[in-house]
Amino acid sequence: MKIIHRKKPRWKVKINFAINFIFQSLKNIFVFPVLYFILVIMGGVFPKWKGFGSAVYCQSIEQTLRQGEIHGNLQMDAQYYNPDSAIGAPPVPEKILMNGFSNINYTNQNFSAGIRYESYLNALQGFPSGYRGSGFPYRYASFTNKNLTVTAGNYYEQFGSGLIFRSYEERGLGYDNAMDGLRIFYRPYSGIYMKGLIGKMRKYFTYGEGILRGTDIEINVNELFSHEESGQEQTLVNNSSDSSSISQSINPVITGKENKIKFIFGGSAISKYEKDQNSTYNLPENVAAFAGRANLIYNGFSLFSEYAYKMNDPYPYQSGSVYDYNYKPGQAFLTQASYSKPGFGISLSAKRTDNMDFRTDRNAKSVPPELLINYMPPLTRQHTYNLLATLYPYASQSKGEMAFQGELIYKLKKETFLGGKRGANILINVSMVNNIDTIHLNDMDTTRIGYRSDFFKIGRDTYFKDFNIEFSKKITDKLKMILTYANLAFNIDVIQGKVNKGMIYSDVGILEIQYKISKKHSIRSEIQNLITKKDQGDWATGILEYSYSPNWFLAVMDQYNYGNKDSNKRIHYYFFSLGYTLETTRFIINYGKQRAGIFCVGGVCRNVPASNGISLTILSSF
Amino acid sequence: MKKFLLTFFIPLFLFKISFTQNGTSEPKNPEKGRILPSVNINTLEGSTFNTGKISNNGKPIIISFWATWCSPCKKELNTLAEVYDDWKEKTGVKLIAISIDDSRNMGKVAPYVNGQGWDFEVYIDPNSNFKRALNVINVPHTFLLNGQKEIVWEHNSYSPGDEDILFGLIQKMANSENHSPKETPVEGKN
Repeated sequence: MKIIHRKKPRWKVKINFAINFIFQSLKNIFVFPVLYFILVIMGGVFPKWKGFGSAVYCQSIEQTLRQGEIHGNLQMDAQYYNPDSAIGAPPVPEKILMNGFSNINYTNQNFSAGIRYESYLNALQGFPSGYRGSGFPYRYASFTNKNLTVTAGNYYEQFGSGLIFRSYEERGLGYDNAMDGLRIFYRPYSGIYMKGLIGKMRKYFTYGEGILRGTDIEINVNELFSHEESGQEQTLVNNSSDSSSISQSINPVITGKENKIKFIFGGSAISKYEKDQNSTYNLPENVAAFAGRANLIYNGFSLFSEYAYKMNDPYPYQSGSVYDYNYKPGQAFLTQASYSKPGFGISLSAKRTDNMDFRTDRNAKSVPPELLINYMPPLTRQHTYNLLATLYPYASQSKGEMAFQGELIYKLKKETFLGGKRGANILINVSMVNNIDTIHLNDMDTTRIGYRSDFFKIGRDTYFKDFNIEFSKKITDKLKMILTYANLAFNIDVIQGKVNKGMIYSDVGILEIQYKISKKHSIRSEIQNLITKKDQGDWATGILEYSYSPNWFLAVMDQYNYGNKDSNKRIHYYFFSLGYTLETTRFIINYGKQRAGIFCVGGVCRNVPASNGISLTILSSF
Repeated sequence: MKKFLLTFFIPLFLFKISFTQNGTSEPKNPEKGRILPSVNINTLEGSTFNTGKISNNGKPIIISFWATWCSPCKKELNTLAEVYDDWKEKTGVKLIAISIDDSRNMGKVAPYVNGQGWDFEVYIDPNSNFKRALNVINVPHTFLLNGQKEIVWEHNSYSPGDEDILFGLIQKMANSENHSPKETPVEGKN
């Protein structure tokens, strides 16, 4: 039925479109400027014609420029440091350090271009010391024409869940592996999405040696066969007989609303070129990695799996170790299943990685991480409460790990025992990470594969375990409460590289209370307690925060290491914070000592390094 | 040569004037805001979705950036979830939440959204493309769009009570844009 409506075969339309696109681009790039210069030269030769060129040219582009917009953002963090040997804050010779950046983006219909200025004078404590000085490490231009987008310059990209390729930024952590090169995104047919890219990866103010080439294709089977649109041309397809399913598919999106199987699958490949400059080993100059993924959705159920394979890619490591210039190929597998319906949600995930260190420079540092091509998501809960987030946070181990996680969310109904008058929410999260089981091959003088590993066997060493439960309840219209308990096991030797400290077991209890005094005034308080016999012993944290909507907040925090065996280290970490927000501009003054981690205060979360002193943060977007 | 150079630079100068004049000589629509960028993000099911398709038939839209690990964000959205039905009825506003969770937490977003019983559109921006296009630095960051899908207001951070200010703006907008006598202005929230 649908074919009858077509006036021209699709390929003819495409060729016409391509010719038109090329012609228009040539006209814009060459004809207008050439015409302009001819008129300028004529103006130079014949004084009477002076200004004519500009008049004509300005008229022609005036219309276009009118639609242009400039937007951006900026952030500046400056800190004055006090040396504090008790908490391990070293003296800072500069006394004052500052990080800042500003993005400026220009958009005009389908065209956009932008730059980012970054300045580290010098970089704040805790930031990678590779950031020094100022410059423009990020600039790009991008053009979209219907189903084609071309980006030249810097860009961020991810294939699948990032197991073989992810280029991204975490400004708060000082992590940025932006690509510099070319990227093309193309949707040849409804339901098919293709990406192609080439480039080098950013390392501070330079780029890593290696060159990356990659491609990714994703096929959304339902869009492909039913002409459902979630791309660009909704209006064209809306006229077809299938419009009911279209409105369903582009509309929300909350799993569980449709009784229909949906299937999406994709594949990606990336190849790295890096010259072999090693005199001892014969290293592969081109290293490829492949990944395949599938996503199945049915009636509130969702199952996502991705498998990745990386060809042999030896890196230097401690001499004599099985990981030193190891020629074993890498593998990774990630699967996530979930089921949810209103008021109930459950998710289960598992991951196995083996030798997946993948960088554009073999000699890149691993701490702080540099030139990472891929991303290994840690399958543990990302906590936000200060003691949970900053003392023992887990980080993925690229050498190999097996991880499992389950999370359950349940909304307790009103008028039940725990639910009370207004209902309540329960969240239970369990995660476990172990090493992979390995059998050493003793072949470091011959094949250098190093070890063998059974794909399904879990190693004996525990890296991390977390059981946590969160109960949140609205007691009255003004009073809210969140109660959290967590039990953590943390292998500090593996995760933080300490020696013979072993497993740190801890119990954490947190009570958060929020009280809305009146329409604009509210107070919030947190009481946290972490109990452990090892490492630094017990910790307690208290937070009191007052906010006046929408402009002001004032917070006081104290972290107290009351259970430290060394009585000299039973230190109070006082911290004061005052902030003012005017729509999208924020000023924050902090004073005190603070630990590294995700830090949430005054309604915003940010990653901050450890410090002692006074700091000023200004951020704005426009 | 001097003349030649002059003729070369005059157009640039004129060009600048014409640009500035255009920028200032249009007071007709002082509230004209920024156009929403078109970027590919994901639906909760993992399908690709282009933000250019966000629409609410000429009614206001709230776009709120959040993450599963951001407690102020969840507080804001839980508060909005409670009042959403009321707001929709009074102003026709649509709420869209954009999660910036990456592949670490992406799988938990749909169970969380349903577990909380949020009845509004939620999308995932796993590599922060949309976040970058809108120059968002931190979450929560909330935008208000008018009926023409132009950003007319935005706010960073959340404190209890901020939702009342947002609702005031939406009401104002709905009243000024709504020419139909059916939907008369309704009293604000207490």
